[in-house]
Amino acid sequence: MKKIILALATSAAVLGFSVAASAQDKTKICFIYVGSKTDGGYSEGHDRGRQDLEKALGDKIETAYLENVPEGPDAERAVERMARSGCALVFTTSFGFMDATIKVAQKFPDVKFEHATGFKSAENVATYNARFYEGRYIQGVIAAKMSKTGVAGYIASFPIPEVVMGINAFMLGAQSVNPDFKLKIVWANTWADPGKEADAAKALADQGVDILTQHTDSTAPMQVAAERGIHAFGQASDMIAAGPKTQLTSIVDTWGAYYIKRTQAVLDGTWKTGQIWDGLKDGILTMAPYTNMPDDVKKLAEETEAKIRSGELHPFTGPVKKQDGSEWLADGQVSDDGTLLGMNFYVAGIDDKLPQ
Amino acid sequence: MGMLEAILLTVITAATPLVLASIGELVTERTGVLNLGVEGMMVMGAALAFSATQLTGSPYLGILAGIAGGALFSLLFGFLTLTLVANQVATGLALTILGLGVSGQIGEPYAGMSGAKLQPIEIPVLAEIPFIGPLLFRQDIIFYLSIAIVAGVNWFLFRTRAGLKVRAIGDNHASAHALGIHVIRTRYLAVMFGGACAGLAGAQLSLVYTPQWVENMSAGRGWIALALVVFASWRPWRVLLGGYLFGAVSISQLHAQAFGIGIPSQFLSALPYAATVVVLILISHNRRTTLINTPASLGKPFVPDR
Repeated sequence: MKKIILALATSAAVLGFSVAASAQDKTKICFIYVGSKTDGGYSEGHDRGRQDLEKALGDKIETAYLENVPEGPDAERAVERMARSGCALVFTTSFGFMDATIKVAQKFPDVKFEHATGFKSAENVATYNARFYEGRYIQGVIAAKMSKTGVAGYIASFPIPEVVMGINAFMLGAQSVNPDFKLKIVWANTWADPGKEADAAKALADQGVDILTQHTDSTAPMQVAAERGIHAFGQASDMIAAGPKTQLTSIVDTWGAYYIKRTQAVLDGTWKTGQIWDGLKDGILTMAPYTNMPDDVKKLAEETEAKIRSGELHPFTGPVKKQDGSEWLADGQVSDDGTLLGMNFYVAGIDDKLPQ
Repeated sequence: MGMLEAILLTVITAATPLVLASIGELVTERTGVLNLGVEGMMVMGAALAFSATQLTGSPYLGILAGIAGGALFSLLFGFLTLTLVANQVATGLALTILGLGVSGQIGEPYAGMSGAKLQPIEIPVLAEIPFIGPLLFRQDIIFYLSIAIVAGVNWFLFRTRAGLKVRAIGDNHASAHALGIHVIRTRYLAVMFGGACAGLAGAQLSLVYTPQWVENMSAGRGWIALALVVFASWRPWRVLLGGYLFGAVSISQLHAQAFGIGIPSQFLSALPYAATVVVLILISHNRRTTLINTPASLGKPFVPDR
């Protein structure tokens, strides 16, 4: 009897684990996703990058991935399993895999690791991230132009610096158009639970927001926005299919170029640790087409994007006050990356209290 | 539409899958079988319902696929625990893991698609009642079914001869067997009823709640349903109450956040669990009635002597 249960459990475990190719002489590049590779959002973005990598270097490398790996103690086992299975380079693609990655990396000094969106690196652990806040600033500009109620709703996941930074960037973008713009924030305390995300979207819509933006992974909020006849921004992937008349634009993660560059470095033996933080100009994120908006808003969005690309505009440029009224950035002063990566305060104009 | 009405509509959508999965598990547990695979059966129902709807274009065939899928999947649990007398806890857990994996495979071709929402059915005259009408009588068929099933189960368990047999098996399977009641056959039926209800709950997730398929989309609702059964001390109407209470507090906390009342969101997120447990414990505080309601042979294997 125990054998049957064991067989069941093993087969279930195997189902979550796929290996794309299995030639022995190829270098193995591995990925760990927090969600499903078809989540329509964040993890799908990383999987698009993996597929780009296979297309570009498929004759020299093979890829493997683990999906739906929960953040927490399970993550360490997943990372270790990858390291043990002969991966030369392991991309751990979610913030919550940070400590697990560092811990496993100590045990496997010959394996290279790259951790997305974190801040801990080591001899064999590099970090990489995209300046998503650039896209969120543009969204804020569009939101303030498009909103009739002057209030946008923000579905947030967890109060980590990455998310807080996004909220602040969105607000600064909106304030550049309408200094009195308001933001209602709901923390879902999950990355992907379509039901809860939909509930949050409904709650915000019921309270009079007419623009929704999300930092969670499913298309459920987009569906709710479509149903209620309001506008929304997609997250991580182009979500236009879920709201053809609803989506204004979406920040699309395009990790492919980075994955190819780093894999090539491993193949050449030139890989080095580092802390990479690329932006719109590097192509690590792109904006989905600006849709469902009048031409003047579209033009303003495109101009804002061009200014950010050229470096003329940094979303976090003073004068900016913190929520408590104290000065954060003096006139013309640009925030340093360290403050952004550890961001634990709201900018002035956000009424809500940041959960600590 | 007023704010309260809007909130209550959201609550109904959030509570229905919990109520459905709980009432199914309640019947299973009333026969003395503990099936921890609710989460797995629910997510299978969600995947099958969405796939079948996409394939056939009919959400009603989708609902049937969800129900049938949940029931068939639970049959695997039944075979392992009732015929092969495997450990119920371990098998139930395995069923959940298996369900999460298999449903991912089934749903993969349909991931990222937006499905059409199951349309509400308006009940003539009643739907015109102000306030209550749009809330309770302009709903989709799964909501009506959920209420009917709770009422039906309550009637069946406490008003029919067959229901008495079910409770007898749950309390003491050896005595029930000695009286000539078919213990294993009844348990098979109860397990499949539990599977069918969990499958229907899953169909509600992928056709009504959020008309799409996302892996793991049940997101722990099966576990909440399991807990509700225990805290409702195996009483059908209390399961309904518990499900709606949980839904109401979950939605209220989102509204509280959007209002910006300044209470930490982590605390608010934990509130539905705490509130539901406290209320159900309070109404079930009489230890004697609780003992009477607890199926005494819950989780214990039964091998009929031949």
